[in-house]
Amino acid sequence: MKLYLKFFIIHLKSQMQYKTSFFLLFIGQFLTSFSVFLGVYFMFERFNNVEGFTFAEVLLCFSIVLMAFSIAECFARGFDTFTTIISNGEFDRIMVRPQNEILLVLASKIDLSRIGRFLQALIVLAYTIPASGISWSWDKILLLIIMVTSGSIIFSGLFVIYASICFYTTQGLEFMNIFTDGGREFGRYPFSIYGKEILRFFTFVIPLALFQYYPFLYLIEKSNNIFYFLFPLVGCIFILPCLLFWKTGVKHYKSTGS
Amino acid sequence: MNSKKYLSFFRITFSSGIQYRAALGGTVTQFAWGSMNLLLYKAFYATDAAKFPMSFEALSSYIWLQQAFISMLFLWFLDNEIFNLIRNGNVAYELVRPLNLYNMWFIKSVATRLAKVVLRCFPILIIAYLLPSPYGLSLPVDLFSFIYFLITLFLALMVVCAFCMLIYITTFYTLNPSGVRFITLSLTEFLTGAIIPIPFFPEGFKKIIELTPFSSMQNIPLRVYSGDLSGFEMYKGISLQIFWLVTLIVIGKLWMKKALKKTVIQGG
Repeated sequence: MKLYLKFFIIHLKSQMQYKTSFFLLFIGQFLTSFSVFLGVYFMFERFNNVEGFTFAEVLLCFSIVLMAFSIAECFARGFDTFTTIISNGEFDRIMVRPQNEILLVLASKIDLSRIGRFLQALIVLAYTIPASGISWSWDKILLLIIMVTSGSIIFSGLFVIYASICFYTTQGLEFMNIFTDGGREFGRYPFSIYGKEILRFFTFVIPLALFQYYPFLYLIEKSNNIFYFLFPLVGCIFILPCLLFWKTGVKHYKSTGS
Repeated sequence: MNSKKYLSFFRITFSSGIQYRAALGGTVTQFAWGSMNLLLYKAFYATDAAKFPMSFEALSSYIWLQQAFISMLFLWFLDNEIFNLIRNGNVAYELVRPLNLYNMWFIKSVATRLAKVVLRCFPILIIAYLLPSPYGLSLPVDLFSFIYFLITLFLALMVVCAFCMLIYITTFYTLNPSGVRFITLSLTEFLTGAIIPIPFFPEGFKKIIELTPFSSMQNIPLRVYSGDLSGFEMYKGISLQIFWLVTLIVIGKLWMKKALKKTVIQGG
């Protein structure tokens, strides 16, 4: 942990060397997700609701997913760009170091410009918390925090899978984007509106709905089921098979030789 | 004589672009992306069909064509080679060649985009065509609308490239293009109808956007195909495309001339 903190400070310092570039990237990150927000806004200018969800409710969902994703992306970016680590032989160097390789991959890249997205999520959330008309009791605030945490763990798990596949293919597989970037893009609306099959898929296969949909129903008072509190916690378990996959990948690893 | 040079330059770039990217993974991704988008619109359609600004079939065609021609019509797919040329000073070699730099890069962009699309579009188009109506890609209404589709698609590609040229030229001034590029693109991509089609914009805003070059990009061909844009509106669209193409090229050429005058080649 101490080591990670050191890496964190190094990354922070190195990114602050190019302040303008960092700042522009930061704004860019912000604007990209802003255009997605604008898309949602325009849709609701035309339609008042979608399958019973109001604009404020969808925004709440949007901000939770975006926040979870940006946290995962900021810290687990090393896994997201793992292709380069594999293909330039960097991973050999990681293997010989007397440290856990997950920690080292995590620490290899900490991209703080991603905070642009996080900030966007925070602003939207700040707007939605009063606008949604939800009475914010303590249990709901707690649930909101659990949802975001669980979400960033699940997204990190997806990044780990993405990286683990590189052990076998030495290249990232583009279709994984459907679950990471796609999860973020399409997760801006509750997964139920895409139909039953999609919801089932995102419940049992890629468990994004466990933090995005079921507890969300409790949050917006569409359901009283207290068990929905457990769903995001169950979702966190998803990280275990991901890590297992990673471990088998590491065993399988052959250097590319460069 | 001159046009022969450009033609062979086009051929070289095109065939080198077609070498790699046997893009099966890409097709799967785009198919999933398109399907999810359609399901999303279906939910809105089910909620209030009367407020839908176009027919659902037209929207389906729009989304599938968008996925099929994504690397041709999206501003994001810029040519990194050109950025590197400017940054590492190799642009000097380009200037030595007996070709106009603007024309050369313009052709390079067109060829790269076409090469990418030729590889990628057919699997998507075929699968989308096989999907049941209203979710599939419908056939064009008649031969004429198909020809108009091809014309507007071609013009759209040209407008996209002419706009991208302006982004390349800014690199002469800033050297580190990623920031400028990132910000310009995230602002403009939305206006082209990449995230939601322009007909879904609020009325007042839509009227303004329709006059800008951004609506001359993917918006026009993808709607001409399904007949959503036809008759007078279509001719208006085509005239706007031509107008913006000429304007953007003129601005680009003048600006490039100015930029090259003060260019300092980054050491060797």
